[in-house]
Amino acid sequence: MQLETKIYQKENNTNIPKLLKESLKDIWESRFLARQLAERDIKAQYRQSYFGILWAFITPLLTAAVWIFLNLSGTVQVSDTGIPYPIYVFSGTLLWSIITEAINSPSQSTSSARGLLSKINFPKEALIISGIYKLLFNSAIKIAFLVVFVFLFGLGFHWSLLLLPFAIFGALLFGTTIGLFITPIGMLYTDVSKIISIGFRFLMFITPVLYTIPEEGIMRTVMQLNPMTPIILTSRDMITGATPEYLGYYLVVLLLCIPLFFIGLVSYRVSIPIIVERSA
Amino acid sequence: MEEKEVLVKAEGVSKKFSKDLKTSLKYGVQDLFANFGRNNKAAVLREKEFWAVKDINFELRRGECLGLIGHNGAGKSTLLKILNGLIRPDEGKVTIKGKVSALIELGAGFNPIMSGRENIYNNGAVLGFTKKEINDKVEEIIDFAEIREFIDMPVQNYSSGMKVRLGFAVAAQMEPDVLIIDEVLAVGDLGFVLKCFKTIDTILPNTAIVFVSHSMPMVARICNQVILMERGKSDYKGYDIVKGIGLYYNKFTTSETGILFDDGSLKLESFDINNAKEKVQIKRGEDLVIHLCFTILKEMPFAPRVYLEFRDKEQRPIAGCIANEVKTGINSNTIQYEITIKNILFSLGLYSFDLGVMDYESKSPLLRINNLITFHVESNNQMWVPIELESECKVY
Repeated sequence: MQLETKIYQKENNTNIPKLLKESLKDIWESRFLARQLAERDIKAQYRQSYFGILWAFITPLLTAAVWIFLNLSGTVQVSDTGIPYPIYVFSGTLLWSIITEAINSPSQSTSSARGLLSKINFPKEALIISGIYKLLFNSAIKIAFLVVFVFLFGLGFHWSLLLLPFAIFGALLFGTTIGLFITPIGMLYTDVSKIISIGFRFLMFITPVLYTIPEEGIMRTVMQLNPMTPIILTSRDMITGATPEYLGYYLVVLLLCIPLFFIGLVSYRVSIPIIVERSA
Repeated sequence: MEEKEVLVKAEGVSKKFSKDLKTSLKYGVQDLFANFGRNNKAAVLREKEFWAVKDINFELRRGECLGLIGHNGAGKSTLLKILNGLIRPDEGKVTIKGKVSALIELGAGFNPIMSGRENIYNNGAVLGFTKKEINDKVEEIIDFAEIREFIDMPVQNYSSGMKVRLGFAVAAQMEPDVLIIDEVLAVGDLGFVLKCFKTIDTILPNTAIVFVSHSMPMVARICNQVILMERGKSDYKGYDIVKGIGLYYNKFTTSETGILFDDGSLKLESFDINNAKEKVQIKRGEDLVIHLCFTILKEMPFAPRVYLEFRDKEQRPIAGCIANEVKTGINSNTIQYEITIKNILFSLGLYSFDLGVMDYESKSPLLRINNLITFHVESNNQMWVPIELESECKVY
């Protein structure tokens, strides 16, 4: 039997197709590991709590409730969104949280596996995949709420609702791609995660998460340029059944994300040994 | 006999580390970017860097075991990480054939609030098992770890020994071609250590093992090749285990004399072995003559007993000798002993002895000095064990 030969040396990482092939192969072969890691973290998350999984429902409901209250009480005046405001807010925050969590997920998974990384050689891609699993699990509950709301507020069923999985996938792809690129440096310098968390707090205000794009002014230009705008708006339109306004931009962003995602995977793969050496 | 295939080959493996965290991170970012381009420039030391591993070469065949020895910080663990593919060497090349498994930390990936059984699945997945493989082996693993009673208890309530047992039980299910072991066997009780060795013995014929340990008896027991590392470089490399271990011990010659107990009734004035005090050399089979001279500070009816305890270079007590010639009526205030130990059977190496002086009647201690003199025994045979027995042999 021919034994698999591994060679470790300083090498030229210029053969991107080959690296990508190895990376995808590892993803496939480590599917059990990815699931197991996600299962472990999800179980551990709720095991030490009395209310357990209930917490996953409480948090999104409260967030939505606060915004609905602010709107109903007239504290915050929001221009007409065209759809019931609770749905607008709920879908906005849901998509926003999927994007930001997807951005943070690769660094978080890698960071929490520092101990493993410096001791055992396993397919690192499993960490990325397990992060996505966890994210999907946490989002699934919120998505279920959203669908219930859509019917509750009388938007009714329409065919574009079936595109919801695609919308989620788009948000995941966009977030994970960015996440993959920032992970290597983020693992070395904690500054990166600080910048991200502060930066995204501001980014949310130039993205139509809680309010619509204004009719005119500098804010309109900025919001229209923001690549997160089409992701949020188009996904929301799919959910509510409106005609998507930014479909072109949306598809451009997603199509760009596909090759970038693969490059991100390769960059993650070749960066791991350096991260292990310097900070694990 | 046919030579078995080479499974591990290291050629000029080197790795540099930075002494300073800030610079290390800066270089890390530089390396991240350099990583994408052409990356085969010769490695040079940048500011504040040093070679943690420098120019290590070896070949390891199936069925062989390489011992990596050297004091803390000599670069052993770094070399293991390179062999395991966790970090890339800055120079040189490692070629490994077959399935590699590493026992660097047992129970990696354990989650404290999950049960032992759940953690078998976690740990197994990290080690590369499929779900089906773990399902098939889970009972065997529980039995091997001997913790069936507690298998559904959270791992945080396990003793450290139980965790290690469970970790090893999972790892032992792998059938690697190359096995990397780093110090993990140091924990656990004797029964567990013996069990580990039994497992290693069964897999050794089909495996190439790289073994890092500070326990020379363990190295001598399983390795057939050793590399002695010192500041990242290989000081000795070869198949002569005893020589390698000897060189390792010579790196720690500073064992100082220490008075452990003194009740004030005696004072050791002078001592020697075969009339020498330093760099004592004795040939195996000769007599050892020890002179001790004490000043008596408190009056006593009988000459006290003298007990000598010999230790080998690992500080293991290996032999003892009680000298209790009765001498009554001590009239001077000094007392002298001449103790002759006949026909020293110690094997080649460095030895020392501790001195204990006890009251003749009550046997209560009066004085105890550790590591009084170190002496070197010369012999034709190099042996790992401290005592080479006299024997006669007839062959029919």
